[in-house]
Amino acid sequence: MIACPTCDALYTLPDVAEGARARCRRCHTVLTAPRKGAMTRIVMLASTSFILMLAAIFFPFLELTAAGRTQRSSIMDVVLVFADGPFVGLAIAVGALIVVLPLLRLLALIYVLAPMSFGWRPARDAIPVFRFSERIKPWSMAEIFIVGVAVALIKVAGLAHLSLGPAFWAFAALVLVVALKDNFMCRLTIWKTLEHRRQ
Amino acid sequence: MGCPHCGRVHEAPGPDMCVRCGWRLAANVPDTSLQWVWAWFFAGLIAYIPANIYPMLRTQSLGRTSESTILEGVVELLHHGSYSVAIIVFVASIAIPIGKFFAIAYLALSIQRKVRQGVHGRYRLYEVVEFIGRWSMIDVFVVAILAALVQLDFAATINPGIAAISFALSVAFTMLSAQSFNPKTIWAYGDHSKT
Repeated sequence: MIACPTCDALYTLPDVAEGARARCRRCHTVLTAPRKGAMTRIVMLASTSFILMLAAIFFPFLELTAAGRTQRSSIMDVVLVFADGPFVGLAIAVGALIVVLPLLRLLALIYVLAPMSFGWRPARDAIPVFRFSERIKPWSMAEIFIVGVAVALIKVAGLAHLSLGPAFWAFAALVLVVALKDNFMCRLTIWKTLEHRRQ
Repeated sequence: MGCPHCGRVHEAPGPDMCVRCGWRLAANVPDTSLQWVWAWFFAGLIAYIPANIYPMLRTQSLGRTSESTILEGVVELLHHGSYSVAIIVFVASIAIPIGKFFAIAYLALSIQRKVRQGVHGRYRLYEVVEFIGRWSMIDVFVVAILAALVQLDFAATINPGIAAISFALSVAFTMLSAQSFNPKTIWAYGDHSKT
């Protein structure tokens, strides 16, 4: 038996077929939507995003040429602009939102789901780790950053010549892969499997 | 009593935390979550005022310094003729934050007054507020990118203004306010006849 997480309506949930989804009758929240081989796919997509993220951090992101001078910046530079004076807090916040939290979330997901996708017992502390990854979900803002880049590009387009570096494409791919991965995630199924396998 | 995170059912005076996932269980439905909602709401509202008064960007170009606030940034984009970007920035940093203040206040007041009508609509509104709030951060990221990129000494330099901090704080506070909402309170006083 489960309760709808948003409106508390009670259901005895039958086994939902893979590829189907169960919705709450009262508030239409998706209760569960199992997908075939979802755990393995999530682990693979999360590992892909992790590698893309590392590439995105260290390669140059954007290149700007104006008046014969070239300025290259990586994501680290974007974070560090705020690093002096009254803007230190903002530097930490921006770094956390676009790099640290997305990375932590990917690591946490791999840690929780990789053993389970092999059919092993869940790793130690898998439960608090998965809870943590769900809690930071709204705060990882990689996709918002990409839109911000687009806006910034148009703002300086008149001022100087701009070209996109390899990190930009890595980051754009990362956003797509993360979206795909979230599409496969079914919170209820993961919790049920975690509880089941622990015994 | 159901867990708001994983849906596990507990018996009525249940534990403080869900036995499966450890999420905090909301106690009885007239609960204290609204106090948190209002607290974060006013924090966000206060931070939003300096975010609009003080400059967001300081541009130095060929020895001249100009400062622009959020609204001036939008107007400037309009002058350049990039209407679509102007609309994105306007929606993300003006329309969404202001709309969110109204939406949160309306939801909180309707729960306090125990309004029974339009539960589905209000729940939809809550979902939209929770989903869309993060997108207001665009402007902060734009400022960060511009400031990192445009450091060309004499030709042009862009530095962040003080409003970037208060705007980021305002967005974070209103996100926390929306997250403090206990959506079950919307349903609790609602019209159950449709179920």
